[in-house]
Amino acid sequence: MGAIAFHPFVLPFSIGVVFMLTALISRFILWKKKLPFADNEKIRNGFFTVKTLYALKEVFRESLLHRRMHRVNPLLGYMHMTFAFGWFLLILIGNIESRLYSGSEFNLPYYPIFFQYFVHDKTGMPLEKVFTYLMDMLLLFVLSGLALALIKRTNSRLLGLKRTTNIHKGDRIALFALWLIFPFRLIAESITSGVYHQGGFLTDTFGKFIDELLPVDQLVVPAWWAYSIVLGVFFVSLPFSRYLHIPAEIVLIFLRHYGLKPSKKFDHFSQMELFSCPRCGVCIDKCQLASELNMEQIPPGHFFHSIRDHRDDKEQAFNCLLCGRCEEICPVGINTLDIRVQRRHEFQVQDNKIQFPYLVDGKAQHAEILYFAGCMTHLTPGIKSSMIRIFEATGLSYYFMDEQGGACCGRPMQMAGRFNEAKAMVEHNQNIIDRCRPVIMVTSCPICLKSFKEEYIINAQLMHHSEFINLMMEKNKINLKHSGLRVSYHDPCELGRGLKVYNEPRKVLHQLSDLQPVQLEAHFSLCCAGSLGNTVLTNPQRNELANRTLDMLLENDPDALVTACPLCKKTLAGSNRCEVIDIAELVAANLILKGEPSRVLRTPMYSH
Amino acid sequence: MINFGYTSNKDRQIVFDENDRSVYQILQSKEPSVDICIQCGTCSSTCTTGQFTQFSLRQIIVNIHRGEMDFINEDIRKCMFCGKCQLVCPRSVNTRNIIQVLITILN
Repeated sequence: MGAIAFHPFVLPFSIGVVFMLTALISRFILWKKKLPFADNEKIRNGFFTVKTLYALKEVFRESLLHRRMHRVNPLLGYMHMTFAFGWFLLILIGNIESRLYSGSEFNLPYYPIFFQYFVHDKTGMPLEKVFTYLMDMLLLFVLSGLALALIKRTNSRLLGLKRTTNIHKGDRIALFALWLIFPFRLIAESITSGVYHQGGFLTDTFGKFIDELLPVDQLVVPAWWAYSIVLGVFFVSLPFSRYLHIPAEIVLIFLRHYGLKPSKKFDHFSQMELFSCPRCGVCIDKCQLASELNMEQIPPGHFFHSIRDHRDDKEQAFNCLLCGRCEEICPVGINTLDIRVQRRHEFQVQDNKIQFPYLVDGKAQHAEILYFAGCMTHLTPGIKSSMIRIFEATGLSYYFMDEQGGACCGRPMQMAGRFNEAKAMVEHNQNIIDRCRPVIMVTSCPICLKSFKEEYIINAQLMHHSEFINLMMEKNKINLKHSGLRVSYHDPCELGRGLKVYNEPRKVLHQLSDLQPVQLEAHFSLCCAGSLGNTVLTNPQRNELANRTLDMLLENDPDALVTACPLCKKTLAGSNRCEVIDIAELVAANLILKGEPSRVLRTPMYSH
Repeated sequence: MINFGYTSNKDRQIVFDENDRSVYQILQSKEPSVDICIQCGTCSSTCTTGQFTQFSLRQIIVNIHRGEMDFINEDIRKCMFCGKCQLVCPRSVNTRNIIQVLITILN
C-alpha cells in the first residue's frame, strides 16, 4: 500500500464517517452529563464487571443477529440481520483481508472499504480465494435483505405487516442512501472486476456481463465515486434519522445491564429508549386502536416519532389503552407503557397541594387474609360474595378491607400521569394495610394488584384471587367439583402482561371446567377495551373493540367466557353476546363444602 | 342611611342568562358526550369519593352547564379517577374525560 493508496473519491466516505462519529460522540457526552448522579454511579460501578461482558453478548445477539426480531417475525428478522450482521461481517472480513494483504497492523480507515479498487492482484496473499468468495457471499447476503426491504416498502403484507411506518425527510435521505450502498458496491466491484478480473463468483460474473455492454474502463472511477457518496450521505444523515437507533440500542443494552431502569418522569433513560426505536413497525399491527379503529398515530412507532420530532403528542399520549401488547412484542424491549405514562405526566397540571384532605384513617383489623375488593369489584357484587364464600370455605380468618367502600388504590390516577394524587391514595391505603398486618393479601382487581405490587410496600404475600384460589386448591383447603361447562378464558391485560399471571387461572379452570383454547391468548391476548388507561376513547369505540375481542374469544362457541378482572367482565358482558363470569364466581358455585365453620371477622353494619 | 337595627338579605336570584358559560362550551367541544348527560345522578351515587365527601359529578355538570363556577376547581380535584361513574352511566358519558378536561381548562 503505502502513500499510493489514495484517490479523491475516498473523501465523501471519510468526511461522512468523521462527521457521524463527532455528532454521535458529542451527543452522547451531552446526554451523559445530564444523567442523574445515581445513574452515573451505576454505570461507573458496573463498567469493569462481568456485566459489560453480558451486555456485549446481548449486543451481539440483538443488535447484530436480531434474535428477538426473528422470534416476532422471521422474515423481518432476516432482513434486519442481513443489514446488521451482514454489513458487520463485510467490514470485519474486509478489514482482515486488507490487513493480511498489506501485512500491516495499521490501515487507513477507508482502505478496506475501497480495497477492490486499490488492489487488483492478490496472488501470494494467504487464503486469497477464500476471502474473495466470502466477500461476494456476504454481499449477496446483504442484497437478499435489501430485496426484502424493498418488498416491505412496496407491499408490506408480504412480510406479514398490514401497516408499516411512515417515512419523513431525514429518514428518506438515510433510507435511500442505505438502499443504494450495497447495489453501488456490487456495481463498483463488478466494474473493477470487469477490467481486472479479480472478483469472485458474483462480482466477476456481473463484471463480465457489464463488460459486454458498457465501456468498463471509463466507468471504474465514477462507480467508486457513487459508492463513496452514498456511504457519506448515509453516515451524515444517520444521527438525524431513525438509524440513530443503531448506536442508541447498543448504549441502551449497556445501560440496562448496569441496572438503569425507567423512572416515573420522562428522563434521560426514556430518551435513550426513544432513540433506540428503529421504527420497525412491529407494534403497529399489534395495537388494537390502530388495527381496529384506524387510529394510525397511536402505536409507539408513531408516538415516539412525534416526541422525537417535538410535534404535539398529547392526543397520542392519552389515547392509549395501556394494554401492553406493543411492549410485549417490541423487539428492542422498550418500555412503551412507561414512556406513555411519563408523557401524560408532562401534560398534567403539576400541583403540590395536599391531595384528598378528606381521606381519614380507615378501620383496620388483623387477620390472616386481608381482602381488598377494589372499586370495580364493588360494581360486580357477584365476585365479592363469591370471594367471601371461598374465604369461608378455606377456614382462614379474613378481613374485608373495603367492605363498606374505601379509597381507590391509586392506579387509575397513576395511569393518567397524576403522580401526586396517586401518592396520596397510596399513603392512605398503605396505612390501613400496615395496621392489618396480614399474611396474605388478596385482591379481586388486577388493576389494584399492579398498584399494590409497584407502588406499595407490603410485607405479605400479595396475590390476585385466581392465584389465591390456586394456592388453596394446592394446599387442599378447598375442594372443587367439575362444573361441566366448556369455557374460554380471557386474559386481563393487567393480570397477564402486566403481572405475568398466566398459569394460575388456567390451572384452576382445568379443575373446574373444560377449558377451550382461543386464537390469541396469554401474552398475545386482546384487550377488552374497558381499560382505565384511556380517558379519550368514546363508548361506541370501546364497544367496537370489545366486539372484535369477543369475536376472537367466542370462536369455539364456549358455554361461558371466564375472566379474572371485574372491569373485563363488565366490559365483555356489556354486549350481551355470551355469559361472562369471573373465575371466583365459577369456583364459588362449584365448591365442595366440608361444613366446618370458619373464623369470620366481618365488619359490622354490612349493608349492601 | 337610617339604621333600623336590621338589614335586608342580599338578592339571591341567579340570572342564568348573565352567567359565563364559556367553560361548558370548551368542555362540550373537547368531550361532546357531556351533552347527552341526563343528570340522573347514577354517577354520584356510586362515586368512591362520594363516600367521604359531598362530591357529586352530577352537581358539577349541572353547575357548569348553568355557568355557576364557584368551587368547581376545588371540587373536581377531589375525584379519585377510579372510573366507576363511567361504568354505571346509563348514557355512556365519558365521565373521566370530563374531569380530565376540566382540570386542564380550569388551571
